Amino acid sequence: MEKDEKNTQVFACKGMECKEMLEKLSEYIDGDLDPKLCEDLEKHMTDCNPCLIFVNTLKKTISLFKYASSEPLPKEVHLRLHDYLKKNCQGC
Amino acid sequence: MINLSDQALVEKIRAGDYQAFEFLVTRYESKVYRLAIRMLRNPQDAEDALQETFMQVFRGLAGFEGRSKFSTWLFRLATNVCLMRIRHRETEPSKLLPLEDYLPKLEEGDSPQMMDWADRPEDALLSKESREKMMEALDKLPPEYRAVFILRDIEGFSNAETGESLGISVAAVKSRLHRARLALRGMLAGYFEKEQISRGLEPTLEA
Repeated sequence: MEKDEKNTQVFACKGMECKEMLEKLSEYIDGDLDPKLCEDLEKHMTDCNPCLIFVNTLKKTISLFKYASSEPLPKEVHLRLHDYLKKNCQGC
Repeated sequence: MINLSDQALVEKIRAGDYQAFEFLVTRYESKVYRLAIRMLRNPQDAEDALQETFMQVFRGLAGFEGRSKFSTWLFRLATNVCLMRIRHRETEPSKLLPLEDYLPKLEEGDSPQMMDWADRPEDALLSKESREKMMEALDKLPPEYRAVFILRDIEGFSNAETGESLGISVAAVKSRLHRARLALRGMLAGYFEKEQISRGLEPTLEA
């Protein structure tokens, strides 16, 4: 039982289980989560560091993809596109 | 002309103003190319998809009724062009996303060993190698999930706009987005944790 209590502290901190929390994370990040559930989730994270790290790295994943996706269109691709369209669309 | 709305440009194009079409193409070409390169990975395929998309835009403008925003309609065409090309490939991943592979093991008695790489700034995390890993991770998502993630999280479309572009419900957008995000996080965590250990940084372990 002692082992179970220890596990309970890590995985089921007062109220919301980790697995249950995983299902709600996107709604939480997007600000779409019901305020009561949001409160439960934040409470859970103050007690459960792995879940806190999970949320933070999930947010970081999204921002990394956004950040890495700001490269401009290569100039030659732009030129070829406009040439192609001019040839194929004008006079259509 | 550069300040004109999409709808105003569309009207001009319909009236035969080709220059207005060039303005509209210039306004969206980078975004469409970004979608295509992330969907198809291969620069040549992405360029072909870009050309095909705007060709379809030009031909379809006569029938565009303005019931949805121009950008939503454009991305619906672009996504379909990419998905059609993907369907002709043989090496695409299955439609199933084995999410369990990317989640920390939470079985009772197990201690998840979570390493925190979220505090490191974007610039520090984005090496040439890690960018490559990110693109590989995106590539491992089934195309329908990849498209949702790109439109929603990279291009910043709303759930409703993403759903409209892909012809799926908002509930399906939310579900696919959630799974895509968790899978991508899992794949990146695998990479950044290894990288953090090889750099000799003290991992934050939670027991």
